Amino acid sequence: MKAMLIRGGRVVDPSQNLDDILDILIQDGKVAKCGKQLKDSQAEIIDAKGKLVTPGLVDIHVHLRDPGLEYKEDIGSGTLSAVAGGFTSIACMPNTKPVNDNHTITRYILEKAAKEGHCRVFPIASITKGLSGESLSELGELREAGCYGASDDGKPVGNSEMMRRAMEYARPFGMTIISHAEDLSLVGSGVMNEGPVSTELGLKGIPWVAEDAATARDIMLAELTGCHLHVAHVSTKGSVELIRQAKRRGAPVTCEATPHHFTLTDEAVRGYNTNAKMNPPLRSEEDRLAICQGLADGTIDAIATDHAPHHIDEKNVEFNIAMNGVVGLETALPLTLKLVQDRVIDLNRAIELLTCGPSEALGLPVGGLQVGGDADLTIIDLDRKWTVAASQLNSKSKNTPFDGWAMQGAAVCTIVAGEIVYKLD
Amino acid sequence: MAFQHKHILGIESLSREDIELILNTGDAFKEINGRDIKKVPTLRGKTIINAFFEASTRTRLSFEIAGKRLSADTVNISGSTSSVVKGETLEDTAKNIEAMAPDIIVIRHGHSGAPHYLAERLETCSVVNAGDGAHEHPSQALLDLMTMREHKGRIEGLEVAIVGDITHSRVARSNIYALSKMGARVRLAGPGTMLPPGIERLGNVEVCANLLDAIKDADVVMMLRIQLERQSQTLLPSLREYARFYGLNTENIKLAKEDAIVMHPGPMNRGVEISTYVADGIQNVILDQVANGVAVRMALLYLVSGVESMQTQ
Amino acid sequence: MAKRETIILDQAGVNRAITRIAHEILERNKGSANLVLIGIRSKGDTLAGHLNVLIGEIEGEQVPLGAVDITMYRDDLAERGSLPIGKTDIPFPLDGKHVILVDDVLYTGRTIRSAMDALMDFGRPSSIQLAVLIDRGHRELPIRADFVGRNVPTSREEQVEVVFTDDHNPLEVRLIKP
Repeated sequence: MKAMLIRGGRVVDPSQNLDDILDILIQDGKVAKCGKQLKDSQAEIIDAKGKLVTPGLVDIHVHLRDPGLEYKEDIGSGTLSAVAGGFTSIACMPNTKPVNDNHTITRYILEKAAKEGHCRVFPIASITKGLSGESLSELGELREAGCYGASDDGKPVGNSEMMRRAMEYARPFGMTIISHAEDLSLVGSGVMNEGPVSTELGLKGIPWVAEDAATARDIMLAELTGCHLHVAHVSTKGSVELIRQAKRRGAPVTCEATPHHFTLTDEAVRGYNTNAKMNPPLRSEEDRLAICQGLADGTIDAIATDHAPHHIDEKNVEFNIAMNGVVGLETALPLTLKLVQDRVIDLNRAIELLTCGPSEALGLPVGGLQVGGDADLTIIDLDRKWTVAASQLNSKSKNTPFDGWAMQGAAVCTIVAGEIVYKLD
Repeated sequence: MAFQHKHILGIESLSREDIELILNTGDAFKEINGRDIKKVPTLRGKTIINAFFEASTRTRLSFEIAGKRLSADTVNISGSTSSVVKGETLEDTAKNIEAMAPDIIVIRHGHSGAPHYLAERLETCSVVNAGDGAHEHPSQALLDLMTMREHKGRIEGLEVAIVGDITHSRVARSNIYALSKMGARVRLAGPGTMLPPGIERLGNVEVCANLLDAIKDADVVMMLRIQLERQSQTLLPSLREYARFYGLNTENIKLAKEDAIVMHPGPMNRGVEISTYVADGIQNVILDQVANGVAVRMALLYLVSGVESMQTQ
Repeated sequence: MAKRETIILDQAGVNRAITRIAHEILERNKGSANLVLIGIRSKGDTLAGHLNVLIGEIEGEQVPLGAVDITMYRDDLAERGSLPIGKTDIPFPLDGKHVILVDDVLYTGRTIRSAMDALMDFGRPSSIQLAVLIDRGHRELPIRADFVGRNVPTSREEQVEVVFTDDHNPLEVRLIKP
């Protein structure tokens, strides 16, 4: 493999508090050297002057839909979408058909990713078999097969006893339990956030307490069992505050927030826009601001997309019956950079939230640029202006609420294990 | 000013002037309903599809009569007889209907926003909302206003109490918009489980603690139909208790102004939201509402037809 | 370019014409028995009111007076859009009556066609007779007036306008050239 020298970029790696104009030399897929004025006559030179060089971005919440739902996305298209968005590692959720509740499915995902994937894929196991909430998946073997965490994403584990046992069982295997925090009895047939907008549109609302109550339960179970709990897609002010307090107590809790929850509110549903329908739903401005605060003060550890591709036929219907979810891999980076432009967080924090933040939350062996480590890098042009066109997305599905949005900042080169997997222009 | 709305999706998007024009047009059409020959050639050659994807007798009948009295050809399809049950999408159903070149589709649908969905996707037809989920029921609010104006001589300044299941009521939402735009004041009352958050932001609305506060000195008392199945949805303990705290009866109606009128969008549950004695009392104008329904729907069908014509010129 | 207006009938002229029409109506119908007046909105109804006053003065009693709005009967919805609809007010039966239909200006005849369609929906009159203040020609339908105040040859580009005072008395008739 040919060596590669990335020259003159501003290297930001929050995992080692690095922020300097440096050259990076890559050899055999590893970071060989990192320093000033590096030279290698054999190496392919990549000029990164004026650009940002970061560890490859990490998204710990992606739905690849493979196996079984390939009409929405598959491992090839999903990972292509990932690298186009600057991501070099993604964790994929187990709600496939069949569910990733045994090591055979995990192996299938990993093998297909190795063959057809464009980036690293870390499968997430289901907590319960078939996401049924009734009996535990074989978490030990799943961990062995390569699952760092387990989640019944899309469905909460409703039975508190089951959640307790899952945490107790997962802990010795070093697995993170990921909570999709929702009290389904409070959700009922709700389809959007409960508030003035749902009242106006005549749509059944989902109150904030449906999330907060479930978040509180799972935090307490984590404290009871000592298992690492990761709360997925935090969307309410209350949940952010519950996690803030839990962290203060030293509870083993991390959490993530999505770009759509820190960017949009339930106002986006107006006009019955099914691309603004997701679970958890877009919340109020107060909630959005609380998420921003949580991102800034460290309560929220990671930005994760909850990339949820759906076929046009599943979105081009009445709001009530449209599927939940939006694609997010290709818009996450510029939306995060918008937080920097809006002075919500600084650039280093933004990169942290997209690299070592998520990888540490799930215990993934990625997210940094340590010498000797895997050469996963993203080169970002902070000034590049572009407009989102849903039809041009690399994902098989085009269900984005950001179609037509003007963005600033883009990944111009994505490198996985020393190989360029995506390059813009 | 000519009417500009090709579709009638809700009161929210209408101006006060639009509402006044619709009511005046309705007044003019009302005269036809008293003739021996109750038919004028205004919409001769137009085809109106009444697409009712949710059960309704009264509204469908009213729209059908309205269309026929204007000489339009009206065709009804309902959820059970159309191909909706066969798993076809609403868009396909609508496009198939549109391919047969109707001029207006009147739609009643259980999903909020279904008429908007159609209006965005149909190319030539006008869409008239005959009730969508818990969102809007514009023709009902317009016939209510027409009835209020007939009995009170005005709408501006009226105190209108709306009582019942506000959460699930498209009638309440459309009336709140319409009454607020016309300068009336709305007071709402209902069980705590049936008052949705932020309802007061929809217009000139006061949420009252109980039925009595809402109807005290009101000019108009509008009782909403309570869906009997709400008992089983954790929203109500019993209809008996509902009737006791939120039902209109000969005693509590005395709190309203002496000349107050009593309205109900129908069909009534006698003995639940309204006692038989009030339902049959002299203050009730429920049958006037029904009669005005035909006139106001004639007005809507006529007005949207003109817009469509001008646009295709 | 300024439009040119000429007064083709002044107030005295209009009054003379209406008076003559009143007499002719009574003469033709041998009095006012079974006679009803129906004016076409929005100017024919005002003229019909004046005719009825004159009939009352001559006969000692006015006849039933109604108004018809022909918007619902127009044949030009596609061209004109939804025009505001006025109220039709015919609070008496037409069966067996001699209906005098009154309008200000007779032009293509289409308004009269619409008005006659409307009247037929109210019953079966013995006859319908047409009284107009001005007949300006250019008929597009086989319709003629029974009583005419003044025949005015015009071109299609011109307009004829009957003007009333604020208290609804006839003032004059103007010919407006483009």
